[in-house]
Amino acid sequence: MSRSPGHPLSQRLCQVRATGGKLPEARLLPGILGYKVGMTQVFNDEGRIVPVTVVQAGPVIVTQVKTPEKDGYSAVQIGFGDQSEKHLTFPKFGHLKKAGVNKNLRHLREFRVESTEAFTPGQEITAEIFSAGEPVTVTAKGKGRGFQGGVKRYHFKGQHMTHGYMTHRRPLSSGATGPQRVFKGTKKPGHMGDERVTQKGLKVVAVDAERGLILVSGSVPGGNGCLVTINKVAK
Amino acid sequence: MNKQAILESVVQPYMKEEQPDIRPGDTVKAHVKVREGGKERIQVFEGTVIAVRHGGIQKNVTIRKISSGIGVERTFPVHSPLVAKFEITRRGKVRRAKLYYLRDKVGKAARIEERR
Repeated sequence: MSRSPGHPLSQRLCQVRATGGKLPEARLLPGILGYKVGMTQVFNDEGRIVPVTVVQAGPVIVTQVKTPEKDGYSAVQIGFGDQSEKHLTFPKFGHLKKAGVNKNLRHLREFRVESTEAFTPGQEITAEIFSAGEPVTVTAKGKGRGFQGGVKRYHFKGQHMTHGYMTHRRPLSSGATGPQRVFKGTKKPGHMGDERVTQKGLKVVAVDAERGLILVSGSVPGGNGCLVTINKVAK
Repeated sequence: MNKQAILESVVQPYMKEEQPDIRPGDTVKAHVKVREGGKERIQVFEGTVIAVRHGGIQKNVTIRKISSGIGVERTFPVHSPLVAKFEITRRGKVRRAKLYYLRDKVGKAARIEERR
């Protein structure tokens, strides 16, 4: 797909340029998607060290606007990341074409919003919607740990390593003998990790709008390179 | 741009351009900014460098001194804005990168030969 002057995306870009590259209403988007780059540290104003996670966030493109009339609720669907043509499914291709997006977006996610007025399909939203000092939460799929025992998975205490003990990290009792069965949800060894985790109480330390980098204080779930969602915290 | 290059470029503005060539065994004066009651002053910590940890912005040096008979060690992040400057007063000749063995030595045994 090529950008012609009459293309909805081009029109939108013109509007963006007319407002000096900024669309204040885009700040209404409650979050942004990005890739976790890795961790490092910076110094704050007091000279103290702050551990930070660098996230390559945005630009995200609005792919669909959901309204109460049509969909029963209001939300904005945004897309992020590149995908090679080979991996682009035909339904997704049609969906993006309908939105007037000429980019093979890899991830599509939805954000619930109160009003959809500020959003049009094809609109580009950058990391600028965040500012330094803002409280955020970060959601991502945590690292998979595989099949783990109770000590690592549920912080069981385990038994003695020495003094003649021959059990060390076993779960031991599964419950009382009265019910003659094991209750559902009893903590047992099993698969750990590789599930959605939300880290709360984080803060935006700095925003590099030019390159779309967001520095978040502390650590965020997932390995380097994984998809993360940075959410604004409702006041 | 790969991930490492991004991380390095992110911390670039926080790093100091000039760094003194501090090596283990050197005797160094660290000038630290101290905030007391809204006033800022410089405090000097002088001692022997027993360790240098590298790693870009995370680089730090551990300085050990004997203060009124008690061994005191402080670790300074080299790029911290709270460290005004390092002043090398004496170069030491040592054969290890980490001089943790000095913790068990006192007096004459804890001397370090000067490097010329």
